Amino acid sequence: MSVKQIIKKCEQLYNDIDLFYVQEWKEKHKSRAIGFMPVYVPRELIHAAGMLPVGIMGAGDLLEIIKGDAYFQSYICHIPRSTIELGISNRLDCLDGMLFPAICDVIRNLSGMFKLMFKDMYVKYIDFPQNFLKTLGGNFYQHELRTMSDDFSQINNVDVNRDDLNRSIKLYNENRAVIKELYDLRSQNPHLVPGSELYLLMRASNVLEITEYTALLREYISETVCEKRPQRDNIRVVVTGVFCEQPPLALIRALENSGCFIVDDDWMLGARFILGDVALSNDPINALADAYLNHTVCTASKYDQDGNKGAFLIEQVKKAKAEGVIFAAPSFCDPALLERPMQQKALNRENIPYTSFKYSENTGQFQVIKEQTGTFADSIKLWGDS
Amino acid sequence: MEVRKEKSMTLQKDMFANHFKRLSRAGEEGRKVVYTFVPGNLNELIRSFDMLPVHPEINALQSAMRKKSANYIREAEKHGHSEDVCTYVKCDVGMMKTGNIGPTGEKLPDPDLLLLSYTGCFTFMKWFEILRQEYNNPPTVMLQVPYQSDGKITPEMTNYVADQLRDVVVPAMEKVSGTEFDAEKLRTFLASSARAEDDLVAILASAKNKPSPIDAYFGGVYYIGPIFTAFRGFDSCEEYYRVLRAEIEERVNNGQGPITPEGQMSEEKYRLVVEGPPNWTSFREFWKMFYDESAVIVASSYTKVGGIYDNGFRHDPARPFESLADYCLGCYTNLNLPSRIDLLEKYIKDYDADGFLINSIKSCNSFSAGQLLILRELEDRTGKAGGFIESDLVDPRYFSPANIKNRLESYFQMIDAKRRTVRNA
Amino acid sequence: MNCFIGIDLGSTTSKAIFMNEQEKFLGRGITNSRSNYHLACQIAREEAENNSRFSLLEQMIRANPRCKKIVASLMPWLFSRYRLSEYNAQLRALRDICATDLNAWKDPVSVSLYREVVEKILRQMAEEAVLFFQSGASSKSDFFRDIATSQFMDHAQDQIREHNGKITFDRLIGIFDRAIIRVESISFARAFSENIDFAYRKVSRLPEFLDFKDDIYQAVKYADEQEFNIVNIVGTGYGRQRLPFDKKQLRSEILCHGLGAHYMFPKTRTVLDIGGQDTKAIQIDANGIVENFQMNDRCAAGCGRYLGYVADEMNMGVHELGPQALKATKMVRINSTCTVFAGAELRQRLALGEKREDILAGLHRAIILRAMSLLARSGGINNEFTFTGGVAKNQAATGALKKLVLENYGNIKINVSPDSIYTGACGAALFAGNSK
Repeated sequence: MSVKQIIKKCEQLYNDIDLFYVQEWKEKHKSRAIGFMPVYVPRELIHAAGMLPVGIMGAGDLLEIIKGDAYFQSYICHIPRSTIELGISNRLDCLDGMLFPAICDVIRNLSGMFKLMFKDMYVKYIDFPQNFLKTLGGNFYQHELRTMSDDFSQINNVDVNRDDLNRSIKLYNENRAVIKELYDLRSQNPHLVPGSELYLLMRASNVLEITEYTALLREYISETVCEKRPQRDNIRVVVTGVFCEQPPLALIRALENSGCFIVDDDWMLGARFILGDVALSNDPINALADAYLNHTVCTASKYDQDGNKGAFLIEQVKKAKAEGVIFAAPSFCDPALLERPMQQKALNRENIPYTSFKYSENTGQFQVIKEQTGTFADSIKLWGDS
Repeated sequence: MEVRKEKSMTLQKDMFANHFKRLSRAGEEGRKVVYTFVPGNLNELIRSFDMLPVHPEINALQSAMRKKSANYIREAEKHGHSEDVCTYVKCDVGMMKTGNIGPTGEKLPDPDLLLLSYTGCFTFMKWFEILRQEYNNPPTVMLQVPYQSDGKITPEMTNYVADQLRDVVVPAMEKVSGTEFDAEKLRTFLASSARAEDDLVAILASAKNKPSPIDAYFGGVYYIGPIFTAFRGFDSCEEYYRVLRAEIEERVNNGQGPITPEGQMSEEKYRLVVEGPPNWTSFREFWKMFYDESAVIVASSYTKVGGIYDNGFRHDPARPFESLADYCLGCYTNLNLPSRIDLLEKYIKDYDADGFLINSIKSCNSFSAGQLLILRELEDRTGKAGGFIESDLVDPRYFSPANIKNRLESYFQMIDAKRRTVRNA
Repeated sequence: MNCFIGIDLGSTTSKAIFMNEQEKFLGRGITNSRSNYHLACQIAREEAENNSRFSLLEQMIRANPRCKKIVASLMPWLFSRYRLSEYNAQLRALRDICATDLNAWKDPVSVSLYREVVEKILRQMAEEAVLFFQSGASSKSDFFRDIATSQFMDHAQDQIREHNGKITFDRLIGIFDRAIIRVESISFARAFSENIDFAYRKVSRLPEFLDFKDDIYQAVKYADEQEFNIVNIVGTGYGRQRLPFDKKQLRSEILCHGLGAHYMFPKTRTVLDIGGQDTKAIQIDANGIVENFQMNDRCAAGCGRYLGYVADEMNMGVHELGPQALKATKMVRINSTCTVFAGAELRQRLALGEKREDILAGLHRAIILRAMSLLARSGGINNEFTFTGGVAKNQAATGALKKLVLENYGNIKINVSPDSIYTGACGAALFAGNSK
């Protein structure tokens, strides 16, 4: 496939709020599907049980909210509204379960709402460890993982063994490696991997079966390096704060059009949550837990045990040779917005410039944001080296 | 208007005054100070090391009642905190940035230890990350309390919390305080806690009487004051609840209604259950809206944020760490949505309420997200009138008296109209 | 005649309803709320009383077999001439106040110049008024302020041109603005006898009514002399707390809208009211008693006031928005019903080359979408549904509502009454009557 075809395919998947792909997959494989909310879930467990993990990132700007709004006050972010709307409009019927990772109180309570509203669905809240000692948080998390793995086996009537888990871990390791390659490529040659294309590729991780997805990413990489795309005089920025409620595609385009190359980001963070490989071992559950405790990204919903706020972001900036940071946060997003002043303090110490704004997944107007990031880009171009 | 001062009120006032005095002298007396949160607080453990707790939420709500919160919040927003997020946090940060003067006008000491009891509220974690950065990295310890996502406390959950207490929290406290852990001392405190808890349960249950001798929300927040904060485990706390219980029992015998700032309530026209925290900036005005309508709150979920005791839980000297763990796990905000609905339904029935009211707080997603479903479910299950009002904890910008009064009035008239149709039918 | 009064003090308009002992409408009155609820209450009530007298007058004429043929043409004539008399009184007051104000000016040359101009404008206004207040004439507004302002503006432009820079628009309008506020705080409604007498004299002289002079006189006399014995008054609406009423005489607008809608459409079970300040979704039982309600929260997004902002932004009158939106050929999706962002979003859409009407169509839909979520929150729509409030007069809004209700709740009977603005006052009058 050409780059254009690959992106078109991704865009179709992105627009597929009815989850036709999932329905077809289930039909074809005579199997089941488990949905999950942002940020991270151990998809390996779902995969090992022969099921399809399906990321539900709300409905973006693709769905008009009619009844979902009835469940949330105006001061609550947008993603739970569209997620409930997807549920009430039967668009999630093809899912046999929904996982709600511990991100914030809104998603936490949403898990309870799903329990009440969709009684036939398997609903699981995943409490991730905030203590990172193997004997404490590790033990607790292993128990969570085992419970889930047992539940999945039961849901899909299979016996998941060590080899199944290791096979899945291996596939996801490969996938993470390709994603890293893609991100590295973009960081080196941002004009070859436009932000909107990368974003669509990442969005495909929500549904595509993992081997198909890995192959697609590989194909994109090999195709896009041959594309002739114009170099542009953009500044290099890291976008942060978009780990849960995703920005609308048009917003990402607007950022780029305003003169920014996005050289790192935290959208679709779940697919990049584990850094490096999960070990293949005799105890894969233990390996997954270990990876979580010791080799994961820093993000707002994860406790910063070292008291070194902003270090991870600064590292991202340096590694990607970014000239500034764009704090984009969904309105009313507690994790992102509470994190923001701490990170900004850290950036101030390093003299890294930043700008910030809020959006919601269905934001329809970008004029003000474009104006702001455009000015930010200009100011860096003009005074960046002084 | 003559407002009676009960003995318990004086006792509580003295307890808090002494506590803040001790805090202001902590530096010179060499006592260590632990910042920690109300839900799932480990008062007995902290005090067994002879350390003093500071509760940032209490400071925030006190600031609000003293009309200082608006400036504090503005100060925090000036430092880059978003208008969208929890105003407790911003009020606290603003207070710190302007000298950290506590409710009694004395400066609060800096933390020697940040004890992040991560119970039922995501913002707690961010809050202490912020304080940690602001105070330049003081010793900080995280106690993760798993969420009761399936409506129960599993042995793994209890063990996880108890193990953290043993392996992380106690060593950190030993290090900060320079004192060795004294298990016996802890047990003594826990036994005292349990006795006061018995009295608290009786006090809150007194609202089952008609008329109710107490207001279990506006009055309730005072009743939970000592036991939810720095005093649980102490003789003074036990005494307070003994005295309070006796006073209330006397009120029951005399058939008296609750005491309010406007005077004693003479009539009990509506009995309500309330879900959600109160607004603190206009606390008295808010209460008066109910007083004016002769509405009494007979049960509330807010008085359970520092522990649900009416389900039988007590701190237990026989299993110190495990019972502390279960205490943390059992706080109201750590319950999942279905459990919260079950509990509220039970209160509506047990307390023979005419209806229930949700005060939806902008700051508090732990409470607020899902409350509209709670509203619907409770209406379906109980057939009682549900009311919904919106305000905020300590941000006066989000308390609109006219709007709230309007909704309350409609709500009470709705109950009236319903009663009349039942009578006429 | 015994009667009951319901008064609804809304944020933009105040309404009053007179009802008889049989729970029948006698008359209704409406006025701008201004900032003075006392006055608004008084004026609305007097308007309603006069309107009741008109109803009685009409009944009397109808009851007279001789007058059968003229009823249809007579009533509009009587009413418009009645309004003319009232309008003239208002203009006289305006003239007096302007004159007094001008006397206080220090520069005698300006005084005489501006006095001359103002007098001239007011004279022209009075002359034109005869054409406004005649049978068949249509007017965009019933309010004195609206009619007088638009007239004054027109003539002021002419005068400025005529005087070629010697007078300024700002000063001229300043005189008018200061004066009209004071005119508005005078009640003119009390002069029913005087005004109806004027109307009678003018109308009975028209050739088509000459033969019925005595019949008309009898009816006018009957209406004028009728005594209303007010048994009870109930107030509702935002300003109700400021009424000098006992607490027992106040009802929340939620209850009043519920009962009022039930009165107008007895099978109604769900009521949506979109007013200036707020939106309410109300569920009622078979007796019109409120079972559940939801109001918009702190944020006034999607209320009538929002349309006001939009109208300002687009430089249109509020009443022009609906008709313009109906001309749309496609729907522009508007995401924000936030009043604060409305301006920015509109400007952006216009800049992108979207057509006004298409934007407006999307905007009406956005408002109704907000209402849909309140409706869902209150329990949805399961049975006959009534739409009330100022926005219910807007056809683009009702159109969008009908479509969305059909899409989401199926084929539900939807009532929109031309009297819907009186729903709250009607409920209040019913409460006054049976103290439900």
